[in-house]
Amino acid sequence: MTINPMRKYVRPHGLPHFFCPGCGAGQVLQYFTRAAHELSLNLDNIVAIGGVGCAARIPIYLNVDVLHGVHGRTLAWAMGIKLAKPELKVVVFAGDGDAVSIGGNHFIHAARRNLDVTMIVVNNLNFAMTGGQVAPTTPYSSVTTTTPYGSGEPPFDICRLAETAGATYVARWTPNKPLQAIRSIKTALSHKGFSVVEIVAQCPTHFGRYAIGSGNPADLLKWIDERSITKVQAESLDPSEREGKFVLGEFVNTERPVYRGTTRYEVERAE
Amino acid sequence: MTDTRTESRGRVLTGVHFMLGNYAVAEGALAAGCDFFAGYPITPANEISERMSQRLPEVGGVFVQGEDELASIYALAGASLAGAKAMTATASAGFNYMQEGLGYCYAVEAPVVVVDVQRCRGENFASQADVMQMRWGASGDYEAIVLAPSSVQELFDYAIRAFNLAEKYRSPVIVMSETTLALMRERILIPPADAIPIVNRRKVTQPPSPEFLPYKAEPSGTPDWAPLGSGYNVIYSLNPHDERGRIDWDPNVFEGLYKRITGKIRDNRKDICFTESFHMDDAQIALVTYGSEVRPAIDAAELARDKGIKVGVLKLGTVWPVPEDEIREVAGQVDAIISVEMNMGKYAGEVERVVGGRCRTFRATKNRGLIHSPDEILAVIEEARR
Repeated sequence: MTINPMRKYVRPHGLPHFFCPGCGAGQVLQYFTRAAHELSLNLDNIVAIGGVGCAARIPIYLNVDVLHGVHGRTLAWAMGIKLAKPELKVVVFAGDGDAVSIGGNHFIHAARRNLDVTMIVVNNLNFAMTGGQVAPTTPYSSVTTTTPYGSGEPPFDICRLAETAGATYVARWTPNKPLQAIRSIKTALSHKGFSVVEIVAQCPTHFGRYAIGSGNPADLLKWIDERSITKVQAESLDPSEREGKFVLGEFVNTERPVYRGTTRYEVERAE
Repeated sequence: MTDTRTESRGRVLTGVHFMLGNYAVAEGALAAGCDFFAGYPITPANEISERMSQRLPEVGGVFVQGEDELASIYALAGASLAGAKAMTATASAGFNYMQEGLGYCYAVEAPVVVVDVQRCRGENFASQADVMQMRWGASGDYEAIVLAPSSVQELFDYAIRAFNLAEKYRSPVIVMSETTLALMRERILIPPADAIPIVNRRKVTQPPSPEFLPYKAEPSGTPDWAPLGSGYNVIYSLNPHDERGRIDWDPNVFEGLYKRITGKIRDNRKDICFTESFHMDDAQIALVTYGSEVRPAIDAAELARDKGIKVGVLKLGTVWPVPEDEIREVAGQVDAIISVEMNMGKYAGEVERVVGGRCRTFRATKNRGLIHSPDEILAVIEEARR
């Protein structure tokens, strides 16, 4: 019998997972294990973090040290771990709610500080675990369980938010572009500084059923794909034409000093 | 030109000092081995952060000013699980925000120390109105360890005690400070480093294996700690978890976990609780009190004795867990117990519960932003006198 080579990354006794059939979170779990495999990452050196939500459960299936179970505070945990033990590699798996709704303040400050952590945001465009409520990432006018007449709020662009706040690696893909997603996760894991990879993923159970009227994962993936454009295509559109589109690509890849704490440890004096 | 700021004064500033309360609690933490501090500005706790920002780099530690209290308390959790001795300091309103993260620390058994400088809601007056929040602030089932210093010296001493208890029981420990103490200057004695007892959490001794049970904690109730990043692959989840650490929905797992988490504190009350008695030998009335209120209570007892009323004071060094044996013993000795505290009557209910009718009970409570005067307490003593 052949054992899946990714199985070594999955916690013994950890399966079955609890994701719905057709959920994007399972795919992102696989992207991460593939990226880790291709980079030959030492699992003993990794701490994976999830807050609360569907994507937040990804780390509990990984055979690494894990922090889990509080909504929105993933990056605050990561900050404590990285400053106390900088040699550890810390990877955060967050849904859009964890990352930019309840955790939005921590998100912009981690970016500002250039905290040396990789954050993989599984943006399924709604609060899925709680039953499909509107999120700060839900497209304008979408029907959700708390926007029965359509959402009246404009959504965040997570990548632009990360870039503006100071993240040093930022990319966005969808499960329609798995190889590119894996490549960006590899780049993020190898990057020194705050790296954000957003995967706009399908939630057929809630977003699919309420917002697009189909619980079929393939329909929702197609819906996402129809709205996806490349970074280059986006450059030739004006802002109104870009509205409602998912711009895919690598947006930032730079370097600057990483966060080591609020006070400096060396004093530089002007001559 | 670059130079380093490591002209270290060392961890322990042995000697006699005339020191601010907020500095003393910071120095106590450093003497106990604190190497990580995260906090958010709030009056009247700011001098603790300021002191730590200056002192931690001297001893190789890390200082963080979080973007809010939540970031600070969760940074403590992360740092603690990674092996740091971590502390934060806040004041009442900030302590509200931190309850969420404290709940996480109780759940995953992360030792951290929190100093709450109690104030009057948004104003920086004297108060002990958070005494119940210290115990019941976070959701879920847990037991809190809360120490109540009543002087600048005790702010130093109890900070050390707090770290040692946190490490021993893998639990948050709260130092319940007050505006009154935090902003007071008093003479303190800092002993030599080798005279300060230091407790470090027990580390696992077995090598990593798939059969490793990170939450198996027999017989002490406190599991050994597996450092993050050393191959043990532990899940630290707020959610109910089995001994392996997996999230579990089995009622028996819930029961076992919460019995152990509460039991590791409840069953060790004798080790954790401490009290002090003043003029209690022949007392017929006892003032049961804690924190800064111990000071006017002792004065009131002495004023009463000048009038021929035999009054003593039971000072609670630990307010949580409740020193039940000590209170019960006093209740068996005296005619009346008076609970003295600076709020509208909170801990008095605990005292009365423990007394259980063994003697009469009275309350000297107030919330006017001012500590009790001895005369105010004396008036209640007169009322309690048969």
